[in-house]
Amino acid sequence: MAFAAFATTEAQPQAPKRKSRIALFLLLPGILYMVLFFLTPLISLILTSLQAPNEFGDIGVYDYAFNWQNYVTVVQEYWPHILRSFGYALVATVLALAFSYPLAYFIGVKARRWPLLQSVMLVLVIAPFFISFLLRTLAWKQLLSDESFIITSLKALSLMAPDAHFTGTPAAVIFGLTYNFIPFMTLPLYTTLERLDLRYLEAGSDLYANPFTVFRKVTIPLSMPGIVAGTLLTFIPAAGDYVNASRDFLGGPDTQMMGNVIEANFLVLLNYPAAAALSIILMAAILVLVGIYVRRSGTEDLL
Amino acid sequence: MSGEVQAAAVLGGLQESEQLEDSGHRGGRVRRQRIGLGDWLLPVYTVLAFVFLLIPIVYTLVFSFNDSIKSNISWRGFTFDKWLNVCNVEGGAVCEAFANSIVIGLVATVIATTLGTMIAIALVRYRFRARSSISLLLFLPMATPEVVLGAGLAAQFLAVGVPKDMTTIILAHTMFCISFVVVTVKARVASLDPALEEAGRDLYGSPSQVFWRVTFPLLVPGILAAALLSFALSFDDFIITNFNSGSVSTFPKYIYISASRGIPAEANVIASAVFLFALVLVIVAQVSRAARAKRLAKLS
Repeated sequence: MAFAAFATTEAQPQAPKRKSRIALFLLLPGILYMVLFFLTPLISLILTSLQAPNEFGDIGVYDYAFNWQNYVTVVQEYWPHILRSFGYALVATVLALAFSYPLAYFIGVKARRWPLLQSVMLVLVIAPFFISFLLRTLAWKQLLSDESFIITSLKALSLMAPDAHFTGTPAAVIFGLTYNFIPFMTLPLYTTLERLDLRYLEAGSDLYANPFTVFRKVTIPLSMPGIVAGTLLTFIPAAGDYVNASRDFLGGPDTQMMGNVIEANFLVLLNYPAAAALSIILMAAILVLVGIYVRRSGTEDLL
Repeated sequence: MSGEVQAAAVLGGLQESEQLEDSGHRGGRVRRQRIGLGDWLLPVYTVLAFVFLLIPIVYTLVFSFNDSIKSNISWRGFTFDKWLNVCNVEGGAVCEAFANSIVIGLVATVIATTLGTMIAIALVRYRFRARSSISLLLFLPMATPEVVLGAGLAAQFLAVGVPKDMTTIILAHTMFCISFVVVTVKARVASLDPALEEAGRDLYGSPSQVFWRVTFPLLVPGILAAALLSFALSFDDFIITNFNSGSVSTFPKYIYISASRGIPAEANVIASAVFLFALVLVIVAQVSRAARAKRLAKLS
């Protein structure tokens, strides 16, 4: 190590030193910013999660402590919300993948011959990003309310019980999560499928594999980077979302997720330690799940 | 599951049609029926998928023309009034929130694009020891749920005793935009042709001349894309804003708060105008890119 450093300085006495100074100048402001506004907030979140109530009992005032019981308390109190968050996010991710794969396949593979059509469809996929996602979610709330055309038709056709509701149910929250994160799933899938070399598929069928086997053994493995990126980009924000599950949007009293209780504890109840402990649990669980998932799908180099 | 089956069916069709063109030696007759199914199923599915994706957008656009009184839930007739008098509702609360969002978006974008571009250049061009930990530090914010980022920053501002206002929102937005800028600009720096900078040096350009006259102009499209992405992310952000905004209103926050009592049609007007503006911007960019590609193809 030391020898190598010595050798380079001998060969080029000036260049490396000057270059490293430029690199430092380029990196320092941004990295300092990330340390100040990303890393230390995580540390202060951990410190907050261990705080104990103020001895004079003031609401919203806490002292630094090592009150790890906060974690036990929030798990005991909010375990249904924790399970719901990951359950809803998982179902929404699977649904978004099932919805997006054929769409991305058409844009990335079938439409290759028509570049104009391809770019029009890509614009349409990202079009939802241009309009506030809160308004889109509220649009679905109106479109799927009890008096809406869709729901009254379903009831008229006896496909839905006359006294049933859609908004406010877990299905509505999962529907909203799926809808809102579809572009995040479709874009990475498109990126890998667009580069898919069709000769591999030909080779598969030349070896007498039926179309389904070719799809399962060739197309899916080759599009794995897109699948992993898309599922992560969907699962992580979906697990932490609290807009869809909020009572004013698609959720109801029995659909509250971790995000909702973190928001309520932090901004309404001013119970900062509980909100912080829940945030740390959410982040740790996601890091563990993502780590296992990325390792098992064999795409570590993505990170 | 159904998606897989459909894609598989279509895949079958694709295989078949290509084989028939190349060498029809593997009895295409039985398979020809499947070509029809596969060729129709996927385009039809794609059209339906786009209808589904665009329904809420069309709804929002249509209801910006609704002659609503207070809340904008049922259709009461067509009017241009809301478009012409956007700021007349609730003492201009919608417009104030919108203006705040624009200011926050612009400031956060300028800072994040500057810092992020500098990091991206350093990451691609220079080797240094802390490289992998720096990459991790930039990747982690993108893998962290927004609610955790928001609560973390709010906890820090609380601990330090900083009051929440416009500045804290800008600080928060800049943080998550930097990561996205780095990713976007990095790709552009990595794809630069080193021969162009070499040519600049061969012509006796000083390092700073080579950078500002050759490298930087070549990076501009990537930097511009990164800036647009940051602005879009900042403008539409609600979750992180909600934790760090105090009493300051932004456009998404305004919608969230008024959701319980009904959104005025004026909010739809602003969202629709932003949507149409962004759509035109993207179309112009796509068309000019296609035109440039055509010109380049003609030259070579």
